Amino acid sequence: MPLDSNIDPATHKFNLVGTRPLRPDGVDKVTGRAKFGADANAPGMLVGKILRSPHPHARIRSINTAKAAKLPGVKAIVTAADFKEGKRALRDVLCNVMARGKALYDGHAVAAVAATSASVARKALKLIQVDYEILPHVTDVDEAMKPGAPLLHDDMITAHVDPAPKKPSNVAARCEFGHGDPEVGFKQADVVIERSFRTEATHQGYIEPHACLASMGMDGQGELWVCTQGHYMVRNTCAALLGMDVSKLRVTASEIGGGFGGKTTVFIEPVALALSRKAGKPVKIVMSREEVFRASGPTSSSSMDVKIGVTKAGRITGALAEIRMQGGAFAGAPVELGAMSAFACYDLEHVKSVGWDVVTNRPKQAAYRAPGAPMVAFAVESVLDELARKIGMDPIELRLKNAAKEGTQSSYGPKYNRIGLRQCLEATRNHPHYTAPLGPNEGRGVAAGFWFNFGGQTCVSLNINIDGTVALAVGTPDIGGSRASMCMIAAEELGIPYDKVRAIVADTSSLGYNDISEGSRVTFSTGLATIQAARDAIGKLCARAAKTWGISPEAVVWENGHAKPSSPNAGDFAPLSLADIAKKAGNTGGPIAGHFEVNADGAGVSFAIHLADAAVDPETGRVQIKRYTVIQDAGKAVHPSYVEGQFQGGAVQGIGWALNEEYVYGKDGRLQNAGFLDYRIPVASDLPMIDTVIVEVPNPGHPYGVRGVGETSIVPPLAAIANAVSAAADVRLTELPMSPPRVLKAIDGKAAGKARR
Amino acid sequence: MSTVRVSTTINGDAVAYLCEVDETLLDVLRDRLGLTGSKEGCSTGDCGACSVMLDGRVVCSCLVLGAEAEGRDIRTVEGLAAGDKLHPLQEKFLEFAALQCGVCTPGFLVAAKALLDRNPDPSETEIRFALAGNLCRCTGYDKIVRAVQSAAAELRKG
Ligand code: FES
Ligand code: FES
Repeated sequence: MPLDSNIDPATHKFNLVGTRPLRPDGVDKVTGRAKFGADANAPGMLVGKILRSPHPHARIRSINTAKAAKLPGVKAIVTAADFKEGKRALRDVLCNVMARGKALYDGHAVAAVAATSASVARKALKLIQVDYEILPHVTDVDEAMKPGAPLLHDDMITAHVDPAPKKPSNVAARCEFGHGDPEVGFKQADVVIERSFRTEATHQGYIEPHACLASMGMDGQGELWVCTQGHYMVRNTCAALLGMDVSKLRVTASEIGGGFGGKTTVFIEPVALALSRKAGKPVKIVMSREEVFRASGPTSSSSMDVKIGVTKAGRITGALAEIRMQGGAFAGAPVELGAMSAFACYDLEHVKSVGWDVVTNRPKQAAYRAPGAPMVAFAVESVLDELARKIGMDPIELRLKNAAKEGTQSSYGPKYNRIGLRQCLEATRNHPHYTAPLGPNEGRGVAAGFWFNFGGQTCVSLNINIDGTVALAVGTPDIGGSRASMCMIAAEELGIPYDKVRAIVADTSSLGYNDISEGSRVTFSTGLATIQAARDAIGKLCARAAKTWGISPEAVVWENGHAKPSSPNAGDFAPLSLADIAKKAGNTGGPIAGHFEVNADGAGVSFAIHLADAAVDPETGRVQIKRYTVIQDAGKAVHPSYVEGQFQGGAVQGIGWALNEEYVYGKDGRLQNAGFLDYRIPVASDLPMIDTVIVEVPNPGHPYGVRGVGETSIVPPLAAIANAVSAAADVRLTELPMSPPRVLKAIDGKAAGKARR
Repeated sequence: MSTVRVSTTINGDAVAYLCEVDETLLDVLRDRLGLTGSKEGCSTGDCGACSVMLDGRVVCSCLVLGAEAEGRDIRTVEGLAAGDKLHPLQEKFLEFAALQCGVCTPGFLVAAKALLDRNPDPSETEIRFALAGNLCRCTGYDKIVRAVQSAAAELRKG
């Protein structure tokens, strides 16, 4: 991909990039005007509600909707029979949206109604009779892998195992990455440590529940308003499930109240469309918080074994990880990304990671910020911490001695381009936090984290308005301030003020396809496309100036928002501003616009180091985070406030994961804590300020050097906090969350061990 | 379902509405009156996204019935700015990038306003505890706390 970029991000003097202007959607969001998923209404709108299985595993013998249909005010009822079975690739999506034959988890949708009010809809759900044959269930990853475990899918044969198993199991697939032979490496080591770890499933916990408003016309054309990270994905998936032409469905992305990966799939959208089609009226569905917990994607729970060997001099000689993740009722736990990222921070000769993707009777997992990586980093970075102690080496020194750098063959395959791990480690070592004194019962933990960052399909359209302002249409929902960054980038390229550019997230009928806002790809890919669209427009602006002056377009350059003759030889003309050219566009060839379409690659990987101080109450086992610092490579921070915000947000989600958050299942296979009271995410009074250091090692794959920043920040915290708690309590914690009972048990276990000795 | 007629004051204006007896104030605000600035994150009093002031006290409007608003004084995020002038809290939330997705923001603004009304010079700890009933999943609270500190200083200047 030619970038025709002459910018050296390290030395280039940007006008806007790197500053902190106010976001364009800000005023709407502080005044209550911004429209989120549940904030839209339509005339004649019905309320949709979904009936969910109370059983973790049950055969659906029959569904009788006759009584519910007779209730006054009920306008439509749908079940799995109302959806097209279609392509195999979509089978799991469809089965998750509406159970087909079997309910596979507590909360699995089995039917839905649309009625004139919420109270009628609720009443109607109670009148639907489902005849269930209850089946044995399994919710634990290790239990689900055992022979004889209750089987979810009788056609599931483990993929990528040679020879292929003869019998079905709950193991969907195996994967393996690495090079060399860890066993050889362990023989060269002075110290080898092997440990097992477990993490519980956690939910993305976005504050806005899933919500949509669907309206299907009798001509087969549909409109959908929805909070999603990817409205093109929603359009394509819904069109397939409903048997519609893609062109007949227009999807508009609402403001989105958090996603973190959890809004990268469909749940209620096809249901609302099917109800609307049947009722001939608009249908709005808003999930309750309980539904969000029971039936939208949490992340995977995991069980892992990690073995690492080092020499006394601190060189890692061999590394091995075996990772088992359950991803709920369907294949697709993020174990592959977990296994790939396991040792990605290090330059290793002998390394191997093996992953197992397992199904259980839980909701289908959805992506959660750097899917798969945080739990694996927890295991790997915990073992490294223990090794550093064993050989008496500073933990940052140990990591520096093994840190991957430009040219390193990564553990998952590719050779690294320019990366910033070493710079992050050094910045951490030089940070005052690293050497600050600790209080009583306090411990300090450090951990490294890695994330790939994605590129992907992206398309941007940039229109020059008659008054010299700019309308920028992007197709990636704004999940963290990206409209501000895109306005900055467009204004930077065009040489005009920031407030002259207005960015919108275009609907699916107004702009070409865009991949989901995921994988920390937006600032990178949409930013790249915005730069190129602006340069495309600049080319046209220069051509119009050339036409006005009667000189060749090659003889015109663009500088500081003006077209100028490239040299005195080209002619003596006063520079024309963007506004001058825009005003005359009608006379010089018509509207002026820049476009760019790309399947972006070159998203630079990124690394972070987190530093955590934890205080452990030896009486109660309660952990408190006393101080926290995030050091991360952003390549180039376009809007530093929102980069810091990503660092802080990821760290705090990690703190919740490490200390409080977990899916608790009863023996009956039902989720015990489907609400914010019992599933406790961190609140303001739990936390200190979260300090940040933005490291900038430019990504060679981007004209400004931008790297994605959204996900790496959740990779190190589980390990950093576990290392801090282990130091404070003087006992190694290997299970998350490190809730008071678990910490207390570890402390008591240590005391008992000492007493025996 | 039987309905009741309610007369109340919202953001200083007299308002009358009909609602079902079991309908929450949040649903009335959002679905009957079009005041969708207050958000529903849980409907169980755990997230604070629906925070409004009821006779000068912060409440979760998802835990108040629409019928209970009879004769009371309700203030929502929509009433925070004075005409076309943002409240200093709103300005500071923007300046400090205290919102990422912004869905928690209305609730935080209402809770922070209530705090500063009764304590114009809160410590960081007081701010953190006063806002502990409001969940934000995006920001890690750092920038929210700083925005409130800065708005408090601004308001003290008068
Ligand atoms: S919606 Fe009222 S507290 Fe969450
Ligand atoms: S900014 Fe998204 S929940 Fe607070």
